[in-house]
This record gives sequence, C-alpha cells and structure tokens, in this order.
Amino acid sequence: MADITADPARTRARAWNSDEARARTRKRYAAERRFRMYGIAALCFATAFLVILFTTIIGTGWTAFLQSKFLLNVTFAEDVIAPDGKRDEQTLRLANWDKIARTALYQVIGANEADRKERKDANELLSRGIDVQLRDMVLASPDLIGQTKPVWLLAQGNVDALLKGAIDRDIPEDRRQLNNRQLAWVDAAVDKGILAKKFNTGLFTFGASSQPETAGLLVAIVGSFFMMLTVALLAVPIGVAAAIYLEEFAPKNRWTDLIEVNINNLAAVPSIVFGLLGLAVFISFMGLPRSASLVGGLVLTLMTLPTVIIASRAALTAVPPSIREGALGVGASKMQAVFHHVLPLALPGIMTGTILGLVQALGETAPLLMIGLVAFVVDVPSTPLEPATALPVQIYMWASSAERGFVERTAGATIVLLGFLFIMNALAVFLRRRFERRW
Amino acid sequence: MDAAVAEKPARFETVMTPAEPAIMKERKPKIVTEGVTVHYGDKQAIYPLDIKIPDRAVSAFIGPSGCGKSTFLRCINRMNDTIPTARVGGRITIDGEDIYDPALDVVQLRARVGMVFQKPNPFPKSIFDNIAYGPRIHGFARNRTDLEEIVVNSLKRAGLFEEVKDRLESPGTGLSGGQQQRLCIARAIAVNPDVILMDEPCSALDPIATARIEELIDELRENYCIVIVTHSMQQAARVSQLTAFFHLGTLVEVGDTEAMFTNPQERRTQDYIMGRFG
Ligand SMILES: Nc1ncnc2c1ncn2[C@@H]1O[C@H](COP(=O)(O)OP(=O)(O)O)[C@@H](O)[C@H]1O
Ligand SMILES: [Mg+2]
Repeated sequence: MADITADPARTRARAWNSDEARARTRKRYAAERRFRMYGIAALCFATAFLVILFTTIIGTGWTAFLQSKFLLNVTFAEDVIAPDGKRDEQTLRLANWDKIARTALYQVIGANEADRKERKDANELLSRGIDVQLRDMVLASPDLIGQTKPVWLLAQGNVDALLKGAIDRDIPEDRRQLNNRQLAWVDAAVDKGILAKKFNTGLFTFGASSQPETAGLLVAIVGSFFMMLTVALLAVPIGVAAAIYLEEFAPKNRWTDLIEVNINNLAAVPSIVFGLLGLAVFISFMGLPRSASLVGGLVLTLMTLPTVIIASRAALTAVPPSIREGALGVGASKMQAVFHHVLPLALPGIMTGTILGLVQALGETAPLLMIGLVAFVVDVPSTPLEPATALPVQIYMWASSAERGFVERTAGATIVLLGFLFIMNALAVFLRRRFERRW
Repeated sequence: MDAAVAEKPARFETVMTPAEPAIMKERKPKIVTEGVTVHYGDKQAIYPLDIKIPDRAVSAFIGPSGCGKSTFLRCINRMNDTIPTARVGGRITIDGEDIYDPALDVVQLRARVGMVFQKPNPFPKSIFDNIAYGPRIHGFARNRTDLEEIVVNSLKRAGLFEEVKDRLESPGTGLSGGQQQRLCIARAIAVNPDVILMDEPCSALDPIATARIEELIDELRENYCIVIVTHSMQQAARVSQLTAFFHLGTLVEVGDTEAMFTNPQERRTQDYIMGRFG
C-alpha cells in the first residue's frame, strides 16, 4: 500500500484528473470516431455500387418501355381480307394482312408502288409482327371489315433503333442498316407525327420472337408466376410443418441431429445441383414434360425448402419459452400451445423468411436451364404443364442476342424482374409490421 | 423407481421428522410423495424425497439456489415432462391418485394443478383473452355470458378486477409487473384448479407489489392447496403454514412454519435460517 502512494507515476496513472487519464479518454474517443468513419465509408461504398448498378440498368433499359410505331390509316378492304364474303376464322387467319398495312404505308410516305426496289425498302419499315396485330383486331371485332381506321402499327427494329439514336447516320450507306431512302422516309414520317415512340405494351403481351420489336415477357411472367405459385403452395406448408415438428415435437436424438445437419447442408448446395436432381427425378423418372413451369416450380421448391425451414425454426426459437409454459400451465396440450400461442408469435418471422425464400427462387436461373425452361416459347402457357420460361432465364436468353433491340430489352426485363423482387420485399416488410406483436 | 437411483447408496442422512407437523393434523394431506427422484441426464437433481403437503394451506419451499426447489415443484404438475433430459422416479399422489399413472391425462392434470412462474408470462393477448383461454380450451363456458362470468370471477379472486375492469380488451402485457403476476394467478384460477404452484412469484416484483401478492396468497389459502417456492425467508414466514427446507437435492427438514423459524431441528436448517449460507 505504502509503495503505491509513494510512487508518483502510479498515483498519476490512477487519478481521474491527470494528463494521462485525459489522454486515455481522447484515445478512446478517437478510436470510436475512427470506427464510425469506417462504417460510413463502407456504407458509401455499397451505396455507390448500388447507384452505379441502377443507373446503368435503368439508363440502358428504360427505352425498352417505349417502342416506335407508325400511325397508319388502315383500310380493312373486304376484297383483300375476305374476297369470298366468308368471315370464318380460317379465312381471316390466311388473309393478306401485310398487304393492307403496306398499302396504307405506301400512301402516307409517298412510295412508288410500281417500283419493286422502292416497295421492298418501304416494306422493311414495318415490323413482321403487324399481320398478327391486324388479324387479332379483326378477330376481336369483325365489324371492322370495310372500314378505314387509324391504327398504331409496330415499326421494324431498325427504325426503332434509329429513333432511339442507336444507328449512326454518318456511316456509309452500304454498311448502314437503313439506306438513304428509308432514312428520308423515316424523318418525314417523324416530322408528320405519324411515326413516334409509344408505350411498349408488347413487352408485357408478347412471347418469344426473333424480332426484337415483337419479343415480350408475357411467357416468362406467366411461367414465373406458375413457379412461384407452385413454390408457395408446396414449400410453405411443407417447410413450416417440418420446422414446427423439428422445433416443437421431435425428440432430440441422433436422427433429428442428422436431419438438422442435412437441412443446413441442403441450404448450401449449389442451385444447379437441384436442377440436375429435377432433371433426373421429375423428368427422366416421373416423366413430367420438359420445359414445363410445374417442373421448374418443383425444383425451386426443393431449393427453397431449406431456407423456409431454417427461417421458420429461427422464428419459432425466438418465441420465449415462458409463453409455452404459460399455455401448458393452464392445461393446453402441446399442439394447442404451439398453434394458439407459439405459431402466431412466430408468424411474422416465418412470413418474412418465406418471402425471402420466394424472392430467391424468383431470381434463380441455373437449375431452370437444366430442365429445359430455356426454350423459345411463343404461345402463352395456360397451365403449368405447358412449355414456359422464367423471367431470369428470359434475361439470360436476350442477353445472348447482339441486336440493339434485344440489348435494351435485356435491361428492360431486368428492371421488370427487380420491380417484382422489390414488390415482394415490400410485402415482406408490410406483413411483418402488420402481424408483429409485442410481448 | 429408476435402476440408477436404486443402486445409489443413500449418502445423505435420511430425514427424520420427529413429530408430524401440527398443520397436518388439522388438514388432510393433498399431495403425498414417496421416494421422488429427478435426474437431468446423468445428473441427479433430487434424491429420494418424501413429503406430505396439506390441503387448504400454504406450504413454502425454501433453500439455497440450485437445491432443486423448482425441479421438485415442477414434478407436481409434470412440467418436467417437457424437458427431454429430465427423468422422474418415485410416486406422487394428489388426493390419492398417482399422477404419473400412464392412464392419467397430463393436460387435465396441469389444469387441476395451476402454476405461476417466476417471471410474469401473460399471453400477448387482451386481459380478457388471457383468462378466457383456459376455460375456452377446456370447454368450461357454454356461451359468452358464462365466459364473462368466469373471467370476472377469476379477476376478482385474484384481486385485479377493480384495477382492470375498464380495460379488459387492452393487452395483458401492458400491465405493471405486479398486475401481470396477478393476471397469471387469475389465469390459473380460471380453470378451476385444486392446487396452485408458485415458483418465486415475487422475485421480479417491487415490495409493494409483493405485499399485494402475499395478501392474495393468504386469501386464496381458504380454497386451494398452495405451494410456493421462495428465496425470501421472511416471505415464507409471512405467508406459509408449512415450510420445507431443501439443500443439495434433499429435503432436510419439514415442519410448521412457526416451529421451523423458531426452533429448527437440523443444523443445516438453522445455519440457513440464520443466514450463515445460501
Ligand atoms: N433443464 C435442466 N437441465 C439440466 N439441469 C437442470 C435443469 N434445470 C435445473 N437443473 C439443475 O438442477 C438443479 C436444481 O435446479 P433448480 O430446481 O432450478 O433449483 P432451485 O429452483 O432450487 O434454484 C441445479 O443444479 C440445476 O443446475
Ligand atoms: Mg428455481
């Protein structure tokens, strides 16, 4: 004791108001400030990347939501559409719709119909998909036959690219996608206001196409929807039930330990392996059709199950044991305690985890490639057994096409996919807020 | 009884209660245990334990922390069944009925033997639903009026009605600690039990709330067999008629509360009551 008080250095070190003490305090504050700076720096870094990501995607992709169209006064001439007076579907399907559209176009841009070369140049301005557009209009209302009506018809992909500034006018004519005459027509049409960029409804109503202007996401959206439906209907009940059993009822022994380890391992299995499994089990063994969204949904269910089980178990464990004891204490059975008290409290966590699992499944591509969901599907599937694609797979397919129209569509589809993911995440947050209860 | 227990030599002195406690002459025994043992895995928490607990009286379990009071208490409503590693041996009867009889319904037993826990644990529901839950799952009430009557009566018995009568629909978790504990008592009362077990019901409460609960326990004694675990000797002295002193998993001494606190027979009881350990 005597030593300590005698040694002035020691006394100073232990006093609260010495210089040393103040220096220590300063050092502690500096360390704290530094740590906060690291945090802010990390946040800025992450935000910067997000901003870069979004600006590039949106910058490239927003034009995909606009599509160039001609406003043409189309005469639905009876002698071209149905010369023998019949209005049945067969006749209408075989009618020369291109001729109707082209006649209207020649008139409005002033092309010489007699000149074969000039006719060909003019024809190239219209999309190849217009016959379907006109046919569907007339099929929907046959009264149109004999009338003349202004219609917005899709322009060809190169015209669209020109209007979006993607074609350089200065390169020599023989290497340019549009020749001088076509350029002049397009410019005149734009001036007259009969060629303009309109909202691209086709992006959401068309299926696969080799022409960018008639390629859309509908097949992929419907396919993804069927898959999400399958996952939600299978993975959620199975996963939640498995979690409840494992967490609340299962005896703790070597078997349940083994199951638990395996579930955790499954969550870490690369998704492509699930694709291989799906190919072997659902298609080769069970004989389900290739390219069907049902198979995709089943594979994604397998992939999502571990996530749902782990998230649900975590939510169940987080419910304080005192709630279970309280319920058992008034004579509730184990099952009543779980379903009346534990599950409602765990529900927000379970829902959040489940939706995050669904979000993960919605963005998954690799396993779907293995089971043929990468097909070129034109017709919208009406059941999960028909061929379909999925949103991320559609992005993958478009990304491998070089044409300008597909490049912007790749980014556009990415925006749509991100939009869906964003909506689902928002839903998760909303549900958590809505059902969260305090104890 | 368990083989493991039978093998084990009784290395603790067997309890020699010289005379039957006076309270046992006035009341019939409600809970009787014979050679009750509890193991958690390989670890023995309770060594063969015999005790008779009187009806319509308050019995207090005292003893240093970790001596097995809660463990033994939880045998009486078979709450230990919920712990996978716990094994209970011996025989416990309530009104002469073996509660570990395989034919007995545990769920019914837990309603008949209510329990109040150390930390108030109301359900995150309204005050009304907290109390109505038990009667609902047991089908006690034929209609809403019946149910309301049960809820109001239980609240009145737990001495909480006056404080909450205007907000029966507000959450039970919004009450103060003492009120929450009385709500839990009301919740136990609502399923019409014979026995109420309380595991340190006041350890999370302030002195005023504690006094309120002690008063309540004293009132409830008229109609129920109450067993309370407490680490407060004063509390045991204030509320109980019978006191049992536990140490290291054995029942060292049991007797009338007054006799225990004025004239303990065992050396260890004496030391504990004098505050020499624990
Ligand atoms: N769930 C359990 N698993 C294993 N050991 C336990 C468990 N609960 C209690 N124990 C042990 O049993 C002994 C008695 O505990 P407990 O009955 O809680 O004591 P008290 O309530 O008297 O403080 C202690 O040694 C404790 O560590
Ligand atoms: Mg205890």
